[in-house]
Amino acid sequence: MTQAQFRTSAGNINAIMRREVKSYFNSAIAYVVIVVFLAIVGWFHTSNLFLSNVATMRLLFELVPIVFLFVVPAVTMRLLSEEKKSGTIELLTTKPLHDAEIVLGKFLAAWALIGVALLLTLVYYITIAALGKIDNGPVVGGYLGLMLMAGVYVAIGLLASSLTENQVIAFIIGFVFVFTLFMLDKVLIYIPDAFASIVEFLGIDYHFGNVARGVIDSRDLIYFFSLLGFMLYLTVVSLGRRKW
Amino acid sequence: MNDISFDVKTGEILGFLGPNGAGKTTTMKIITCYMPPTSGSVDVDGYSIADHSLEVRRKIGYLPELNPLYFDMNVLEYLEYAAQLHQLDKTRTKQQLSLMIEVCGLKSVRHKDIGELSKGYRQRVGLAQAMIHEPDVLILDEPTSGLDPNQIVEIRNLIKQLGRAKTVVLSTHILSEVTATCDRVIIINKGQIVADGTPSELQDKFQGSEIVALELRASVQNAMAELFPKIQAVPGVQSVEYGGANGDVHKFSIHSLKGSDVREDLFRKAVSEKWVLLEMGRKGTSLEDVFHQLTKNQ
Repeated sequence: MTQAQFRTSAGNINAIMRREVKSYFNSAIAYVVIVVFLAIVGWFHTSNLFLSNVATMRLLFELVPIVFLFVVPAVTMRLLSEEKKSGTIELLTTKPLHDAEIVLGKFLAAWALIGVALLLTLVYYITIAALGKIDNGPVVGGYLGLMLMAGVYVAIGLLASSLTENQVIAFIIGFVFVFTLFMLDKVLIYIPDAFASIVEFLGIDYHFGNVARGVIDSRDLIYFFSLLGFMLYLTVVSLGRRKW
Repeated sequence: MNDISFDVKTGEILGFLGPNGAGKTTTMKIITCYMPPTSGSVDVDGYSIADHSLEVRRKIGYLPELNPLYFDMNVLEYLEYAAQLHQLDKTRTKQQLSLMIEVCGLKSVRHKDIGELSKGYRQRVGLAQAMIHEPDVLILDEPTSGLDPNQIVEIRNLIKQLGRAKTVVLSTHILSEVTATCDRVIIINKGQIVADGTPSELQDKFQGSEIVALELRASVQNAMAELFPKIQAVPGVQSVEYGGANGDVHKFSIHSLKGSDVREDLFRKAVSEKWVLLEMGRKGTSLEDVFHQLTKNQ
């Protein structure tokens, strides 16, 4: 890819991303998501914080992956299905764009929205840090892990959204998919020992746990990025399959 | 669809005519690279849709059927977005935005959300979006469907005005639209081209009998017995249909033999019989008849 091509590509992705972000904030989806996210996390987080009486973010990092299971598919469900339903997909795909640019732009928009919601949880960090001495290593690892996890979830949600023109169905497909991925390392006792380690490796929470401990291992990063990339690739393929 | 083949020249407005489901939209979707053809090829300005899809899409402005738009964006935002997706730089985006707002008459609604606009304005936004990057080729799928008569005239004029410098392909199932806007017509039926030519060429080629509508006042007891045979006897008349009476006003529609104009003879007949001639008009062979002929027989 030449430099000029790269620049147009980045411009295209940026244009699509900005439209999606604007649309999130125009339609109040963004505010609803952020408020609900902060409310749920805040409620469970603070109500247990004083019981445990330890200055730690661990509770938050256990809670957010579960909240993500609902919130991320809700954020991504409309990204492509709405365009399919309203027919605007025909406008978008007949513009001089690569399908990958469309997918990436939309992916980044949803990821950014989750990122903003996550950024606002730093308020809880500030309150805890004010109350007691906090170990920053796991906090950095935790946030990094959450962002990686969100990236994978968003990519899955986007794939689900590309499969149907019905947003509810897109949500359900996305939810089932991320829920399965999340549960894999929690059902190991039901799985024959021979497969247990493979299943554990496939489970997203296992890798999140590793990163959240503050240990950045290349195996975990490879897991996140390859899964994310594969899901985006499948979305591009799904978007390109327009024959009927 | 099978075996469609045609060329379009610059400055030509080509009308795609056909009954619903004839393959108009599918053809357009293929030209605009939305759908791949199962076989065959399309070249736009020398670029093939299979190998140089991006270049083709850069040259084409497309208004899809039903004119899908982002209802949550306002007109300016949306047109700017369209310009960005066509990789126009900032200065050109600005120029083109004000030009399109001007040309398409969107000035009064430019800050309104598209969802709030009437259908006519939405159609203009759709056209503006399709032309924002000054494409050489405009593909318009039923550009006037769902508009009221005034809006239809406006949009048609807009298309005509733009069509002078560009190649325009538009589809429609409204026949008067083709006669009003297009230089050339292709009629397709069941995925095949059944006619190709200018509107008048097609009319000549497929001319059948000419129809004259006649309305006259005559105080007669029995129109069928007293008027009918007399009209039938006028030279050049092939057949006569009685259209009913209102008091002593009688209506006929008269089919003449191919190539003969019966109006003069009808007039003389009316004078000699002392009928009061209220109305006489030639309906001609419209494109409508051509269309019926070509698409009816299965």
